[in-house]
Amino acid sequence: MSMSTNHTILEMRSITKEFPGVKALSDVSISVLAGQIHAICGENGAGKSTLMNVLSGVHPSGTYTGDIIFQGESVHFKDIRSSEAAGIVIIHQELALIPELSITENIFLGNEPTKHGAIDWVTAKKSALELLARVGLEDDPDTQIKHIGVGKQQLVEIAKALSKSVKLLILDEPTAALNEADSAHLLDLIRGLKRKGISSIMISHKLNEIEQVADSITIIRDGRTIETLNVREDGVNEDRIIRGMVGRSLESRFPDRTPHIGEVFFEVRDWNVQHPQATERMVVKNSTITVRRGEIVGLAGLMGAGRTELAMSIFGRSYGNFISGQIFKDGAEIHLRNVSEAIDQGLAYVSEDRKALGLNLIDDIKRSIVSAKLTKISVGQVVSATKEYQLSEAYRKSLRIKTPSVDYGVRKLSGGNQQKVVLAKWMFSDPDLLILDEPTRGIDVGAKYEIYGIIQALAAQGKGVIMISSELPELLGLTDRIYTIFEGAITDCIQTNKADPETLMKSMTSAKKKVQSK
Amino acid sequence: MSEATGRAKAGFKDLKKIFGGGQSDVRQFGILFSLIAIIALFQFLTDGLTLSSGNLVNLVSQYSYILILAIGMVMVIICGHIDLSVGSIAAFTGIVVAISMNSWHLPWPLAILLGIGVGVVIGAWQGFWVAYIGVPAFIVTLAGMLIFRGGNQVIGNANTVPVPQGFTTIGAGYLPEIGPNTGYNNLTLLLGLIVALAVVLKEWRARRVQEGMGSTPAPMWVSVLKVVLLDAVVIYATMLFAGGRTGTSFPVSGIILGVLVLLYSFITRNTIFGRHIYAVGGNRLAAELSGVKSKRVNFMVMMNMSILASLAGMIFVARSVASGPQDGIGWELDAIAAVFIGGAAVSGGIGTVTGSIIGGLVMAVLNNGLQLEGVGADKVQIIKGMVLLIAVGVDVWNKSQGRPSITGFLMRDRKTLVREPGETTGEVPLSDTPDATRPLVPAP
Repeated sequence: MSMSTNHTILEMRSITKEFPGVKALSDVSISVLAGQIHAICGENGAGKSTLMNVLSGVHPSGTYTGDIIFQGESVHFKDIRSSEAAGIVIIHQELALIPELSITENIFLGNEPTKHGAIDWVTAKKSALELLARVGLEDDPDTQIKHIGVGKQQLVEIAKALSKSVKLLILDEPTAALNEADSAHLLDLIRGLKRKGISSIMISHKLNEIEQVADSITIIRDGRTIETLNVREDGVNEDRIIRGMVGRSLESRFPDRTPHIGEVFFEVRDWNVQHPQATERMVVKNSTITVRRGEIVGLAGLMGAGRTELAMSIFGRSYGNFISGQIFKDGAEIHLRNVSEAIDQGLAYVSEDRKALGLNLIDDIKRSIVSAKLTKISVGQVVSATKEYQLSEAYRKSLRIKTPSVDYGVRKLSGGNQQKVVLAKWMFSDPDLLILDEPTRGIDVGAKYEIYGIIQALAAQGKGVIMISSELPELLGLTDRIYTIFEGAITDCIQTNKADPETLMKSMTSAKKKVQSK
Repeated sequence: MSEATGRAKAGFKDLKKIFGGGQSDVRQFGILFSLIAIIALFQFLTDGLTLSSGNLVNLVSQYSYILILAIGMVMVIICGHIDLSVGSIAAFTGIVVAISMNSWHLPWPLAILLGIGVGVVIGAWQGFWVAYIGVPAFIVTLAGMLIFRGGNQVIGNANTVPVPQGFTTIGAGYLPEIGPNTGYNNLTLLLGLIVALAVVLKEWRARRVQEGMGSTPAPMWVSVLKVVLLDAVVIYATMLFAGGRTGTSFPVSGIILGVLVLLYSFITRNTIFGRHIYAVGGNRLAAELSGVKSKRVNFMVMMNMSILASLAGMIFVARSVASGPQDGIGWELDAIAAVFIGGAAVSGGIGTVTGSIIGGLVMAVLNNGLQLEGVGADKVQIIKGMVLLIAVGVDVWNKSQGRPSITGFLMRDRKTLVREPGETTGEVPLSDTPDATRPLVPAP
């Protein structure tokens, strides 16, 4: 298909959007060709979501300046419904499905087919089946959303968009919560839609995916359009995109480090954990891991393999029913029956779900930083406000948390800075072992680099680090040793300098021979 | 922004600090202004009757028990629960204590201890269901509301039981007359003096702490003006309380209330337990993963509420010299209204003891003023309902418009004016919009 046959489906011209006291978008222009996948890249806070909110009517016409031309006509959306009526559908990072309702009910929510004023469930179900077939989902449309995985939920969202006869689909971080297989399926689907003439705008931090699927890329930095790249003509690769996003070239995606690895100081032996509700299911099976001082240990596994379950069950049995197993620290067995015992024994766990499990979003920065070890700044039961301020201020400086003051609410921070607050909170608790669960999820490239540096600095202080990540390049770039986990069991342990993505993936997707023969 | 308006803004910001607003208590600041406005309005409408000695004494002794309930209730609400049973618990404790003195001839100090004990037991019962079984507090305390109301009527045979004179001190007593005849109640004067000095001392300490933190305190004139204003109020109130009808002075129940306000403000602001209440209410799962024993926090908060309800019940019984089957009906609603007018969020995690007391005072002054004006109880209810709705409604609406409150909008400080793009919310994620509608007073 040559470029000249494509016409422009969407053009946003000189969009400027101000919030009280801040110019979120300044003269931003993009143009999307029909039948293309157009990626928007930029660091967190660069203005990507604001731009999409302008486009979809979340910020109604009149609250911004500039023109939107959709299918050759100037449009002025006053809310999401009006943009959807025009054929622009946005799928947010946090899915907007109702867990208690069925797939069919969710697809037609707010858009129910009716017959004589009552919902026509026969038609609804029939069209639901057609839509599900189009997105490649074979589940019964009567299934409740809460019973299907997040990957399938994403497909339901797309089916819902298709039901509204979408012409332009906006996907905000569509694969952030998906494993590799689900991501691949979703990306295939988006490419399939493109062949059927549905254009997409995709926001993603996963640059390798953008490189794979996008036809053109607009890079936004600090609320301004930096450049638009044509993927096939401009020879775009990840480094090229990163350079545009951060305004400089990152020599390396990982800071330099010379590991100083000491003796084994932490060991989890023959760890077995049951699912909290489905008690017939073992989520962690006979797992043994060791951590040395100053070592960064990776834990690689697909989503649902039991990575988080293993980590949280070690951290004061905060997940599942503990069945058996021992934990040794500095040669002596320790018993961690609850989270406060785990913290007292020098463990820290940074959750993969920052907003739900990591932070109290209505709290301010200083109170968040000290929240895991208030005794450290207290005399008896009384918290010292002075120490709280001084110590949190010290972390703000050393971790370079971008905020004018530690009195600010954590909600106002960008994802990367929120994650730094979480890291500060756990560094504040003076741990010997940090378990980091997806510490760079949803964080832009610049902040990632800084967080890698923090992790390395912690290891350099002689602390042990267990790092869980879905991104293999990250594990390969940062860790000293990698455990692979599959269906709740540790399948392999590889020195990172001898590891490559293929062998890791093999161990992540199949049980160990030895275990099978038992 | 020109330099002049810049200075004006800075001046406004400093001015705001006079009211202890700091950066975050915008809501409290607004509601405090409403309180002052309501007092001024009724002072005008009642030709000075509102701020007369007799009425002030009456106001304190008549509403102290509701304000005591509001202290416990704000902690329950911060934790994300609600307690509907406080009126019934107050009535139940009242009848037990009255009968213990009347029929079993228990000395009144022991009867007070018994009453507290009743609160502990009931609190443990309700706390158990809420914290350890996981039944929503709404249900547990709805059940408690029925159980303890019925309990009151079973124990008291639905009769009114009188209480002996010594006991009535906690509800109807005043600071005694001692020392030389000055024409004023000497102990009340002394109390006023102590409070006035405490205001000075507190401001001085606050400045020291701020300096210790390395932040610049407000200019000296702000502190001086703040102390002068506050002490003027304290001295004026002292003279009114001390100079009333002979035999009256500052009510004992007011002293109990004052001590509790200080104690619980300190607990919620400055102790580990206080932090844990906010943490559990703000995000229970995150709190648990930070080592907070949320079940214990929930248990303690529910228990504390019941103890304060028992105390409030005893003060009421002492004031009305008898315990009856209709005591405490509707108290829970007054306490809950006070807490929400005072800026707490229904979803938990937000609220302050001081705010709730101010909210309670708004309701009290309104009630009292309307009564003085001879407005019937029927219309008073309608007006109170409208005030609750409008107070919270204005707040929620302002919040959704991106303004903290009307007064907050007029006096918003630098942080909302100069936000550096990229680091604060240049992007407004959709997922955050529902939260933006909650009344927001950031924790102290």
